[in-house]
Amino acid sequence: MNAQATAPGGALDNPGVPILEMRGITKRFPGVVANDHVDFDVRAGEVHTLFGENGAGKSTLMRVLYGLYHPDEGEIWIGGQRVTIHSPAAAIHHGIGMIHQHFMLVDTLTVAENVALGTRSARGPLTGLDVVSARIRQLSEAYGLRVDPQAFVWQLSVGERQRVEIIKALYRDVAVLVLDEPTAVLTPQEVEDLFTVLRRMARNGRALVFISHKVREVLELSDRITVLRNGRVVGTLPAAKATRARLVEMMVGHQVATEEPPPRGTTGEPTLLVRDLHVRSDRGTEAVRGVSFDVRAGELVGIAGVAGNGQRELAEAIAGLRTPVAGSITVGGIELGGRGPAAARAAGLGYVPEERMRDGVVTEFSVADNLLLVDYRSRAYARFGFLRRGAIRRHCQELVDAFNVKTPSLETPARNLSGGNIQKLIMARELSAHPRVLLVAQPTRGIDVSASLYIHQRLIAQREDGTAILIISEDLDEIMTLSDRILVMYEGTIIGAADPRTTSREEIGMMMAGVHPGTPSAATQPSAVAGASPI
Amino acid sequence: MSQFFTAAVLTSTVAAGIALATPFLLAALGETLGQRSGVINLGVDGIMLLAAFATYYVALRTDDVLLAILAGMGTGLLMGVVTAAVSVTLKAEQGISGIGVYLFGLGFSDLLFQKLVGTPLPITTPPQVGIPLLDQIPVLGGMFFDQSPLVYLAFLLVPVVAFVLNHTTYGLKIRAAGENPAAADSLGVSVARIRWSTVLLGCTFAGLAGASLLLYDGIFQVNLTQSEGFIAVALVYFGAWRPSGVMAGSLLYGLVGAIILTWKSLGIIPLSGSDLAATAPAVITVLALLFVARRFRQPAALGKPYEREA
Ligand SMILES: Nc1ncnc2c1ncn2[C@@H]1O[C@H](COP(=O)(O)OP(=O)(O)OP(=O)(O)O)[C@@H](O)[C@H]1O
Ligand SMILES: [Mg+2]
Repeated sequence: MNAQATAPGGALDNPGVPILEMRGITKRFPGVVANDHVDFDVRAGEVHTLFGENGAGKSTLMRVLYGLYHPDEGEIWIGGQRVTIHSPAAAIHHGIGMIHQHFMLVDTLTVAENVALGTRSARGPLTGLDVVSARIRQLSEAYGLRVDPQAFVWQLSVGERQRVEIIKALYRDVAVLVLDEPTAVLTPQEVEDLFTVLRRMARNGRALVFISHKVREVLELSDRITVLRNGRVVGTLPAAKATRARLVEMMVGHQVATEEPPPRGTTGEPTLLVRDLHVRSDRGTEAVRGVSFDVRAGELVGIAGVAGNGQRELAEAIAGLRTPVAGSITVGGIELGGRGPAAARAAGLGYVPEERMRDGVVTEFSVADNLLLVDYRSRAYARFGFLRRGAIRRHCQELVDAFNVKTPSLETPARNLSGGNIQKLIMARELSAHPRVLLVAQPTRGIDVSASLYIHQRLIAQREDGTAILIISEDLDEIMTLSDRILVMYEGTIIGAADPRTTSREEIGMMMAGVHPGTPSAATQPSAVAGASPI
Repeated sequence: MSQFFTAAVLTSTVAAGIALATPFLLAALGETLGQRSGVINLGVDGIMLLAAFATYYVALRTDDVLLAILAGMGTGLLMGVVTAAVSVTLKAEQGISGIGVYLFGLGFSDLLFQKLVGTPLPITTPPQVGIPLLDQIPVLGGMFFDQSPLVYLAFLLVPVVAFVLNHTTYGLKIRAAGENPAAADSLGVSVARIRWSTVLLGCTFAGLAGASLLLYDGIFQVNLTQSEGFIAVALVYFGAWRPSGVMAGSLLYGLVGAIILTWKSLGIIPLSGSDLAATAPAVITVLALLFVARRFRQPAALGKPYEREA
């Protein structure tokens, strides 16, 4: 059977019949049953969402389907026949496509080359990129996926890369397309565009499997929703019968209060001061171009913006990981600019980085050692250069319990935790150091609903304790819920400031797109951007 | 100095430079294929030595040059199997395993020479072949079109390798495997198979390089390559992983070597300075490397064994 043979055809005529079924799939990892006798099916023309906590086993199930993992038990049936899928090549052969959470694109190749890779060419041994490009143009036309076949992937934005991934799947004429958290890095507008394309694909008789932690998206896009918990199926329900509360309850097994915006706290002295900061990106261009603002003790300021507008460089400069070209950063009156991360920590800065796996934890270290990374010089844990194991264990166990980090043991290497739990681990470490200023980048990216809620609560509690908190997030809902004050970054400058209580989502969205706030007041003037006086 | 700038001397110097460049070019083209797919092979020099010995031995015994060249290529292929098994299938640290192959080639070629031949006897080297008509062009004809057949073959392979890399589906898979093997794997491309094929091809090229070096010298001796295989690896960086760049680097190296030789024989370089002068090609190449290579990025997965995260 090849891609063409499994593509719609007969299945289209009976939309109720599954074109793909996974029966009794079990996949074990050392110490964990990631999938425990999971039954899952998809029908032609539907969007079937997999929903569940971090570590529930969603990605594992889809990796089994795509031939990346071999199940310990269970069967896969396609079009009424039992198949074994032992490699991605076999999955592709059976008409299955997968868009991974981390894009699988070759940066140095063009869009057309990426699309053609691994497919049979119309020109025999030659790549025949002209034929490929023509087909790509047809597909972009038919699905409204704007993409230049001749562009190199490294030149593309995140949203464009996502479109290339979809074109790759369309080009292979997949009957089933799996999308593992495709929206985590997209802007709201890009998500809308993606959904339009996905709906069109479903209308054409393809089956889609969608994974997301954002309930709003799940309810908007899905036809059916299957909830996983601890590797087991809790249930499958039509989206029409699902509500946010019901989904979250199924996901965690008990009721969860909905999130209310916290009351505004009382603020004290400005603690983090950034003045006329200029920072260069890795490519040498000026990524932060004259940014000034304050964060006061007990205040939570959110920086909103589309990815790539200088937020990352701003965060790294404040954390001491990137030397500014000009300007000043002070924490509690101590100048930090360019003095490195140790000086920043000494001045009382806590930092939760965006790239958690790369910058936030040492993946090979145990949970306990990771908790200790910041504190290891303290008297309580080291004497004459030797670590005091007993005291350390007690301290770590307290933190793991307090922050509800799900880990088999303190000795488990951090890399074996799921994304949400790694984030909690870093939070636990940074907050236990009682920072004066806390800088958090993308606090809940890829984190499930209940863990997000928990992280938000901890941040609010920390704010109540008088810490000055700066959050950088591309998740507008999160920024709107948490912040006392919002600053919008666009092309390296702060294009405007807003009060989340009096500003609409749309207004902030406009600013994120580079439209200056309408009123002639405040924000556009550099002095007001400083926001030294809270608005 | 004036004796140098005569048509005859310039012609023979350039011709010699091209001939000297040939083994580098062959080895470096092969290495380019491997590196573009993500595999560094530091064993090139050892493979060249073994292949040179095989070529020498077969030529000595059979007096059949073609058979001797095939023996050199076959030896390269065989060492390719070893290299690919270690670097691709067993996923060893490529720098270390390459040095192992080099040391093996250095020692084993010497051992075989002592055991099987003992006294060095020269072999008959293939004659230069002029290309009809082209070799009649004044000056240029003598420089470029009156060479050994292996020289023509090596330079012909430059556009061939470039074409394969840039315009065939096989070349596309090679580039993908060297830049982002996980992406290639997710599209059903077997990274291991691609890397095996480039390593086998590359080592066969290295074998041919050893054969061409031996046939140029006409006699085998211990460590006959004098680390030329390592220079070939450096030339891949110099050439920014492009066949044309690799060719430019090989020519630079060969020409500087030929000029030094000519100057020595003309007495422009005193005998006392000849050891120092012998290092000139390497020094010049390394300096050029510093200026050129910085500007290009190496294949992102170069030297990294691919393992599907499991
Ligand atoms: N390669 C692996 N080795 C060991 N354990 C693993 C491996 N991959 C996943 N796990 C474990 O299997 C469980 C399920 O993980 P999986 O990645 O499928 O979760 P998920 O539902 O996709 O979570 P998230 O929403 O965080 O992506 C987790 O407990 C995880 O720690
Ligand atoms: Mg996952």
